[in-house]
Amino acid sequence: MHKFLIRSFVSSLVLLFTLTVAAVAKDVKAAFVYIGPTGDHGWTYQHDVGRKAVEAAGFKTTYVEGVPESADAERVLRQLANSGHDIIFTTSFGYMNPTNKVAKEFPNVKFEHATGYKREHPNVATYAARFYEGRTILGTIAGTMTKSNVIGYVASFPIPEVIRGINSFTLAAQKVNPNIKTKIVWAFTWYDPGKEAEAAKALIDQGADVIAQHTDSTAIVQMAEKAGVYAFGQASDMDKFAPKAVLTSVENNWGPYYVDRVKAVANGTWNQKDTWHGIGDGMVVISGLDSQMPSDLQAKVKKLQADLASGKVHSFTGPIYDQKGNLMVAEGKTADDGMLAGMMTYVKGVEGDIPK
Amino acid sequence: MIKIVKRDQPSKAIFFFTPVLAIFLTLIAGGIIFYILGFKPIEALKFFFIVPIADKYGFSELLLKATPLCLIAIGLSFCFKSNNWNIGAEGQLTFGAIVSGGVALLFYDQEGLYILPIVILAGAIGGMIYASIPAILKTYFNTNEILVSLMLVYVSKLILDYLVVGPWSNPEGFNFPETRQFSDSARLPLLFEGLRIHAGIFLALAAVIISWFVFYKTYLGFQMKVSGFSLKTAKYAGYKGKKMIILVFLISGACAGLAGVGEITGPIGQLHREVSPDYGFTAIIVAFLGRLHPVGIIFASLVVAITYLGAETAQIFMQIPKYTGQVFQGMILFFLLASDYLLFFKFKFIGSKK
Repeated sequence: MHKFLIRSFVSSLVLLFTLTVAAVAKDVKAAFVYIGPTGDHGWTYQHDVGRKAVEAAGFKTTYVEGVPESADAERVLRQLANSGHDIIFTTSFGYMNPTNKVAKEFPNVKFEHATGYKREHPNVATYAARFYEGRTILGTIAGTMTKSNVIGYVASFPIPEVIRGINSFTLAAQKVNPNIKTKIVWAFTWYDPGKEAEAAKALIDQGADVIAQHTDSTAIVQMAEKAGVYAFGQASDMDKFAPKAVLTSVENNWGPYYVDRVKAVANGTWNQKDTWHGIGDGMVVISGLDSQMPSDLQAKVKKLQADLASGKVHSFTGPIYDQKGNLMVAEGKTADDGMLAGMMTYVKGVEGDIPK
Repeated sequence: MIKIVKRDQPSKAIFFFTPVLAIFLTLIAGGIIFYILGFKPIEALKFFFIVPIADKYGFSELLLKATPLCLIAIGLSFCFKSNNWNIGAEGQLTFGAIVSGGVALLFYDQEGLYILPIVILAGAIGGMIYASIPAILKTYFNTNEILVSLMLVYVSKLILDYLVVGPWSNPEGFNFPETRQFSDSARLPLLFEGLRIHAGIFLALAAVIISWFVFYKTYLGFQMKVSGFSLKTAKYAGYKGKKMIILVFLISGACAGLAGVGEITGPIGQLHREVSPDYGFTAIIVAFLGRLHPVGIIFASLVVAITYLGAETAQIFMQIPKYTGQVFQGMILFFLLASDYLLFFKFKFIGSKK
């Protein structure tokens, strides 16, 4: 009896010990690689908000900011993989090839690449947000609020992501106001406050009284505030930078996804996939609506938001015509993800040509 | 009492001592900054300067990072020694990368030993073409080479943007701003399995040896030295200034172009928007820290390279903002320029006389 007690005591100790070890083994560490500074109040800032959500969920995190997409990215990734991180989020398109290369060397580390398409190894997943759904909301607001019927749009690079946003925005604006024109200025940068402000100024000088942007700094909304026109925040809620100009912002909300994926690693349920979430999944969030917007518009926007979330409304519902009048999407049909992913033509109502 | 007296001649010992002093002062100032930011200074400096190169892989990364810096700085020293202020090495690097990348893309689906030499040569020629613009404008139209070479940096980046977004973008790449990957025949061979250090390091070493020979053993080197001291003297001595100006710019451009080749055919393997994290500008610090001396530049490129690696390590392990790396680079240059005061002045202790 006595022996039995000791034995069971010892075995329960052993059991306790193994349990603790198992719990320690599940101590997942996540790393984030950023293209810009965490204080950019745009793209990187929002990813860092997501990282903090992972911390709040009880996981350890590390980040490296301002990592250029040059040969340096690969070294940073390898160092993170080598220093005990179990999952690494690479948050810029240019990290695509380095991510896949390093993933091959570290099969036990999970890699999550934002906005890319290459998943060459089973430990690489990709994710992106359907920002174009947010732009459908912005277009609806812009089309209603404009008086000059000229809407300015500061774009970054002529890639499908940006073209899709311009189209989604313009289609929604046309729906509420068939007379509007969208004027585009290509800034050829994601983040350059000087250039972005200049682009916004050029558009305002051409008569635009609402400015949308697909670049990351707060320079555009600040320029709009100065000129007394309306604007929309990008990536984060930019209302405090231009309280009069900003009607609303489209926020990138990465937190829930990041927490999900890190938890999946902890539970051993992580799998390779390609995620493209929108308003419905909460990856794209519309900030509070400005009181300058009439109440019927506010109600309309709220309803549109709910319909986009439920899938009742799709941003690209036919009939959609391109600039030359050719049918892109037939009446009653919606554009499929393949078409959206490769979208490189403007819809009718957008002025100018896509730079080639 | 201490009196500051002008030296009759700049001291040679101090000439080579001040870079060491500058690095030392940078470490102390860096430690103070870490302390103010709330980090343990010694530990932070350890993560900054020792941990990144503590193993074989880390050391190979240091060499990889120092290679373009050394190569460009050697090229720049030809210009700086002879009073030609080429600030646009970043542009020459970019244009060299564009030309050699374009050639590499022509051969994207081919294999063969002939490809790499053509790609390398194309990069050197690209850099030379781009450097010849400020050189020719300076010699024949009397323009300011600082402004011209600097502005051309931005032009070259826009050309690269245009090419990778438009005509050269990967046809299978969903219109993202990048080209195809180069074929293996267009890539610089790796020196060791599993490490990224590549044959480009031999280009840098060759540049070091050739520049030492030119600086100290040739007539051109002597001409450069005289022009560096005084353009009037050079003219009086009857040197053909124009030819020399164009020559040093071409050498400088070729080196920067080769550095660009090393990046895209070494670790990167394709063209995209960011082929260089401003190596062309950082190399200016390297050239001066190395006192425009080939051997000095080797050491300087290693010191500056480690500020890049250290900034990453310090952020990963101690959450120190990565931008402190740039602060260190700035401090090195600042302390170097400040301690150059000692070159021309000395402190004299004067005993108090009654």
